[in-house]
Amino acid sequence: MKAPLSWLKDYVDIDVTAQELQEKLFSCGFEVEELIDIGKDITGVVVGEVIECEPVEGTHLHVCKVDCGDRGIFQICCGADNVKKGIKAPCALVGATVYATAKDHVTVEGVMTIKKGKLRGIESEGMLCSGAELGVNGDMYDGADYCGLLLLPDSAKNGSDVKPLLGLDDYIFDISVTANRPDCQSVFGIAREVAAVLKKELKEPDCSYTAVSGKYEKIKITDLAPDICPRYIGHYVKNVTCAPSPAWLRKRLALCGLRSISNIVDITNFVLLELGQPMHAFDLRTLEGREIVIRRANDGEKITTLDNNEFKLTGENLVICDGVKPVAIAGVMGGLNSEIKDDTTEVLFEAAKFARDSVRKTARALGQHTDSSALFEKGVNEYTVEKAMARALHLIQELNCGTVTDLHIDETTAYSRTDSKKMTVSVEKINALLGIEVPAAKMVEILENLNFKVTKKGGELNLTVPRYREDIDGYPDIAEEIIRFYGYENINGTFMPSALITNGGLNDEQKAEKRLKTQLVSKGLYEISTYSFYSQKDLDMLHFAPEAKERKAITVLNPISEDLSVMRTTLAPSMVNVMVRNLRRGNLEGKLFELSKIYIAKDLPLNDFPEERQVLALGLWGKQDFFDLKGIIENIAETLNTRFEFLPCEKPFLHPGVTAKILCDGVEIGYFGMLSPTVREELALERFAYVAEIDYDELKKHAKPFKYAPLSKYPAVTRDLAIICDRAVTCGEIEREIYSACKYVTAVKLFDVYLGEQVESGKKSMAFTVTFTPNDEPIENKIDGFVKKILGNLKFKLNAVLR
Amino acid sequence: MQKKIDEIEKSIDDAVKDVQSSKTLQEIKMRFLGKTGEISSLMKNLRDVPPEERPSVGKLLNALRQWTEEKFAAIETRIKDFELKKKYADEKIDVTLPGRVAGDGAYHPNTLIRDELISVFAGMGFEVFEGPEIENDYYNFTALNTPADHPARDMQDTFYLAKDLLLRTQTSAGQIRVMENKKPPIKILSPGKVYRSDDDATHSPMFSQMEGLVVDKGITLCDLKGMLDEFARKIFGDGVKTRLRPSYFPFTEPSVEVDVSCFECGGKGCRLCKGTGWIEVLGAGMVNRRVLEGCGIDPDIYTGFAFGMGIERIAMLKFGINNMKLLFEGDVRFLKQFKG
Repeated sequence: MKAPLSWLKDYVDIDVTAQELQEKLFSCGFEVEELIDIGKDITGVVVGEVIECEPVEGTHLHVCKVDCGDRGIFQICCGADNVKKGIKAPCALVGATVYATAKDHVTVEGVMTIKKGKLRGIESEGMLCSGAELGVNGDMYDGADYCGLLLLPDSAKNGSDVKPLLGLDDYIFDISVTANRPDCQSVFGIAREVAAVLKKELKEPDCSYTAVSGKYEKIKITDLAPDICPRYIGHYVKNVTCAPSPAWLRKRLALCGLRSISNIVDITNFVLLELGQPMHAFDLRTLEGREIVIRRANDGEKITTLDNNEFKLTGENLVICDGVKPVAIAGVMGGLNSEIKDDTTEVLFEAAKFARDSVRKTARALGQHTDSSALFEKGVNEYTVEKAMARALHLIQELNCGTVTDLHIDETTAYSRTDSKKMTVSVEKINALLGIEVPAAKMVEILENLNFKVTKKGGELNLTVPRYREDIDGYPDIAEEIIRFYGYENINGTFMPSALITNGGLNDEQKAEKRLKTQLVSKGLYEISTYSFYSQKDLDMLHFAPEAKERKAITVLNPISEDLSVMRTTLAPSMVNVMVRNLRRGNLEGKLFELSKIYIAKDLPLNDFPEERQVLALGLWGKQDFFDLKGIIENIAETLNTRFEFLPCEKPFLHPGVTAKILCDGVEIGYFGMLSPTVREELALERFAYVAEIDYDELKKHAKPFKYAPLSKYPAVTRDLAIICDRAVTCGEIEREIYSACKYVTAVKLFDVYLGEQVESGKKSMAFTVTFTPNDEPIENKIDGFVKKILGNLKFKLNAVLR
Repeated sequence: MQKKIDEIEKSIDDAVKDVQSSKTLQEIKMRFLGKTGEISSLMKNLRDVPPEERPSVGKLLNALRQWTEEKFAAIETRIKDFELKKKYADEKIDVTLPGRVAGDGAYHPNTLIRDELISVFAGMGFEVFEGPEIENDYYNFTALNTPADHPARDMQDTFYLAKDLLLRTQTSAGQIRVMENKKPPIKILSPGKVYRSDDDATHSPMFSQMEGLVVDKGITLCDLKGMLDEFARKIFGDGVKTRLRPSYFPFTEPSVEVDVSCFECGGKGCRLCKGTGWIEVLGAGMVNRRVLEGCGIDPDIYTGFAFGMGIERIAMLKFGINNMKLLFEGDVRFLKQFKG
């Protein structure tokens, strides 16, 4: 929202600097995102009168004597074609800064400092300037579009600063307005707040006009969509003469970044900027049947808008039609067929309220975002609808460009709201919410400054809310109005003296999760966080089959890009992508983990809350191998006081010989393995990489609380057993047999595997350290018996024998 | 005899003169003091000495033995000392060689900030509740006083998964679930991932928020300020102050934007605070009556406040991270910087 300081001064007597006003606005909730000093690049330019002007032979130059009042008389060499004796023009003195323009004399190329110099050997002590060199165009100042010198009026005082004269001493406040204050999306809306914060009187814009009554041919307005067009006002203006707007009007539009078109169109744009109410003007002769119908568009109906774009409409779009065809997309843009032309003589002005979401949906669907649609999306109020129409008619008379008739058609529907909201609030309750004591009289003063009508009755305030304040709903809104002008610096910190004590902190599950992360970090892993969405391409990368469960992913209906278009069903692709990225950046090794959610739909397309499961992914690459990863996984089991078993398994993206599934209490909870040579080749990975994925939601069900077991009085006994067995027998199988053969076995640890000449071919030797822990009696003398039993079982079950 | 003794003394002096190692010393010691050593032999020969001379000779021999032992002890100390010094010199290492690090991992910066925030608020009595990331329109908007046509919906561009299912745009959605199931007093912290259709250097389509909610009798805006002061001190350091200024969120009224005084420059103005002395860190406000009502909590009895902050934003501020994307790339060179 842009509000020029010079324009705000129309409504409020502002006696503070722009910077002070910026701070005041900030304190009451209006952050000035940028305070634009429009003349900040122009310095040292004064009014100069050319008192001598002689052509320089053989050139286009003139050598001039320029009278700059008390700054002196300077010799200046000038190339402009309109330089001549007697004119007044902006004169940049030595040391001044002005814009440097390109060869076209229009395009600004930067800021330059004027130096004393010589042109064709003639000394020049300054420069006479054009409009472009001062950043002024024809809308800002009449005649400034001319490529030669900007001519100043004879009344301009020689030697005086040109900035006030050209309006370059102005500031523009670019204000961020919160969504609850659509009434402040205009210069006058901001002026209301400025008046309140400066405690100054507010001058209303002049909305008076004299209607000329007569027998005019009827204009019919029919509102067929009152739910999304609760109010529609039309007013007939005749004897219109289209012409350029006066300088003051063009300047106002220019300051806010709008181009002047013609008086009628400029009036609608001016009212839009001033009051925040978009308006429209129809050329009445183009409205078939002298009629306006407001309705939802028919599917497939077409309209060409003012900017020459054709749109195909649907029943979602609200259109303004004449007796036959659409003539405007309501709230978005007018139709080309009814636009104001140079020869327009009869105009129907429109001021209306269209529903926010209707305009938003239409603007979005058509990709047609305009100043008008932006305001309607934020919300307009009917008070301003009425006011805007009156203001436009006043301007017609002020500009003397038409006859305002008394043909005024006001379609007020059942959805319309023209009454003022009344409410009663308690002073005590407001203070109870704020936690401080604001005196009732102070509350009254603040609210009155905001145009509330207030009567104090005991501890209560009876309020009439200004009609444009549709955001005011209950006493907390009033509390906010009060504190934002009373000052937030008066809020002093207290610490919930009336609140009950609550026990804070993490629950057991949250603590376990924290322990798990701590464990992984202490094992040298780095935690990563990756996006929850990826694309089907990421699943292709890991060779998931079309029917794989991972493919049943929830689709984002409006993704930011194809790469982020489905919710992930596995963390593996994200982990692989991170490893690939690291390797490509020259990070040759690393260990990573991520604990994040996957999203599993019960049905697709999605029609119910999906399941969100926490999954732990691990990724290792570089010097690491399978057993480094397995060690980390075994540590996870220890952290959760449970035990894992491992069995060979296959995954489409992992090496089939170097992949295992993880079981916990017999339930499969995950897998890990080496990235397959195929995937590595496709990704051009020059290092081995390993991935694990564990269903943490399932795993945590198997976590057991830590509980003290009494320590044995007797020391544990260890025995080393070298076992010879078939190569197919796994270490896991032998471990399992050793454990089950003797209840005193508390640890079985492999320390060597041998497949060389010393053993028969087809066999291997595996050496284990077996730990026996006694309970409450020594077992030293029983160990031989235990070992015998173990060996017996190994022989019987696995045909494994002692080496 | 005295002559003999003098000879022995002299030969001991000669023998130990150039001794350098304890091994040689030991050999010399054996030569004189060993069982068959010269002094021992003299001692053995004492019985051949006439009985009347024995006491004086014995005295002489004992003196000799003592002298010898002391002499050897002194030399031994010197040699040991010398040898130890040599050993030290031989075994001297370059202590600037790199250490062997066992675990070299680190938490994600988000986790560091998240845990720090949780511990600050846990101490004030807040529990932690994590709601679902996939929400419906009701929990994410309607129950938070943001009906379908509300312009505030445009404040956050939403990712939709189905007509009524979306990726939550704010952890505030979790507040509603808490208030529906729990009666006051409520003190809840709700961290988690949120999603908005935004992607540039300071916005990411996925980021994390930490939402806080207090509902009880007599909770005021001053209580919100008091708690935020405490938060600012603990997270950004002693002496850091907070400033409230008016703002708007549909689910709070009054709503405030909360700035902390710049912890880099102490409020004088620097690059971090863009010269203002203040840094915007979170949004907050008194819970809107309609929100309480919708959850079956009587707003005439209870009031509350809520606050929400971006975890990445706090992480970026605290660690001086200039691009949000770094947080999601998993580059180990980045992650290594947050050890410990």
